[in-house]
Amino acid sequence: MKKKWLYLLGLPALTLMLTACEFKQTGQSITAVGSSALQPLVEAAGDEFTKENSGEFINVQGGGSGTGLSQIQSGSVEIGNSDLYASQKSGIDASKLVDHKVAVVGVTPVINPKLKLTNLSIAELAKIFSGDITNWQQLGGPDQTIVVINRAQGSGTRDTFERWVMKGQTSMQAQEQDSTGMVRQIVASTPGAISYMAFPYVDKTIKTIKVDGVSPTSANVTTNKWQIWSYEHMYTNGQPTGLTKRFMAYVLSDKIQQKVVAEMGYIPVNDMKVSRTLKGKVAKINS
Amino acid sequence: MKNDEIRASLLKRSRATKNERFGKILTGLCIAIILTVVLAIFYFVASKGLATFFKDKVNLWKFLTGTVWNPGTTDAQGNPQVGALPMIVGSFGVTFLAAIVATPFAIGAAVFMTEISPKVGKKVLQPVIELLVGIPSVVYGFIGLSVVVPFVRRTFGGSGFGILSGTFVLFVMILPTVTSMTIDALNAVPRNYREASLALGATRWQTIYKVVLRASTSGIITAVVFGMSRAFGEALAVQMVIGNAMLLPSNLISPASTLTSVLTMGMGNSVMGTLSNNALWSLALLLLIMPLVFNLIIRRIAKKGAMHR
Repeated sequence: MKKKWLYLLGLPALTLMLTACEFKQTGQSITAVGSSALQPLVEAAGDEFTKENSGEFINVQGGGSGTGLSQIQSGSVEIGNSDLYASQKSGIDASKLVDHKVAVVGVTPVINPKLKLTNLSIAELAKIFSGDITNWQQLGGPDQTIVVINRAQGSGTRDTFERWVMKGQTSMQAQEQDSTGMVRQIVASTPGAISYMAFPYVDKTIKTIKVDGVSPTSANVTTNKWQIWSYEHMYTNGQPTGLTKRFMAYVLSDKIQQKVVAEMGYIPVNDMKVSRTLKGKVAKINS
Repeated sequence: MKNDEIRASLLKRSRATKNERFGKILTGLCIAIILTVVLAIFYFVASKGLATFFKDKVNLWKFLTGTVWNPGTTDAQGNPQVGALPMIVGSFGVTFLAAIVATPFAIGAAVFMTEISPKVGKKVLQPVIELLVGIPSVVYGFIGLSVVVPFVRRTFGGSGFGILSGTFVLFVMILPTVTSMTIDALNAVPRNYREASLALGATRWQTIYKVVLRASTSGIITAVVFGMSRAFGEALAVQMVIGNAMLLPSNLISPASTLTSVLTMGMGNSVMGTLSNNALWSLALLLLIMPLVFNLIIRRIAKKGAMHR
């Protein structure tokens, strides 16, 4: 009887000890939380970093830009990933956060591959997402209802799209999905569907379209010919120190920027031929 | 001297007493921890959820009956747009519809397994039902997304996403729960009821319909309400097939949303302490209160059933 009790108590104790061991082995680690659009990039950079510096780990978690910003503000993580400028988000005190622009990501409208359309104007896109145009026939397509699929409110991708396409108009209430993966699957399988997603997520199951005759390519983003793009931010609470500082420098190093960033479909900040301010003012970069 | 030893041994706590005290403390501690956790959750959700009404001054009535959900923005009068009615309608819609569809099937299956062919029931159907209970909800959602949604789209039109698809998926999800609880209810009907009925010359069908089902009504209703409370709280599977549009559903095949789906989608994108976040906590509070209501209903029914016996 008594032994059984011992086992019962021993089991949790053993688990505790084992986890403690694991903590010991980890050595130093920092956590980066936030934007799901940026997550794959930070994960890849973190893996490379650990390969070169054994014993130092970068934990990367998703959760959305809002989570990233609120977590870094409260100081519970070392790095907060966001698609948005911190000052764009209500409830965030941007003055304490230090912005590191690590990449640029383009956002492209995508449609169901069965649609023959190849080009839409910004105005037409805005009308589709505000609900003024409801049938593909109105745009010279087949007689088919337009199924609009939005990202969830507060999503960084949605914010980028609405800012540069809707230009302040509110989009209509439509289907919403909380992840790009779901959006891709639904657009691929639903006739007449239209949505938008970041470049790294585009694959063969869906079709991208030109906007005002401009194709969604990285080269067009660097010159701002393709206007629907945003900076990917990694925020730190105050100037980074120690491991965080070294990791931020690593992410911005040529090795990661030229190899990993470009390979994954993002655009290295250094490749940009223009810069864009928070208010949307575009200026040429002289190099 | 000897007397003293006996006295001491009698006054000293025996091993068994010590064990008993130890067990008492241990179980008491477990209960205390569970209670603390439950209370803490309640307090946390309530304090966050009520902040919408006390701190951000949202009218409770407007929250429950408003139809525009856009917590980040304000309407023409400057009131935040937090109307939860579309989600409330969506949640109750899929829940009730799924229960209505599932109940006849569940009762049919349960009657077959207890009254008509208990052998096949025990050997074949019981494991099948237990298997269904064990399937994770994301699998149901995935099947819903790749099978049910296209089916609904081809058969009924629209985009395929909507309350109807949600109903189908939830129907399969709650069926095993309702069935197995109905089986228990039917098994609980005393054997002599059936024997008396048969002895009076009633056929098997008459016995099932007029005696067994009548005697177990309260148990069956409990089973259905239990299934409903599961359907109400289901998030993932429903979210994958319902379309997540914060619109009052105009029909069964137009995209809608449920309380749970809005919660899972909005959580990561709002900042703690802002109105958008508090509004989500208010939805969570609603979700927390509803199972309580369902539980109260179940207790009520159980009490009523007990009096009949």
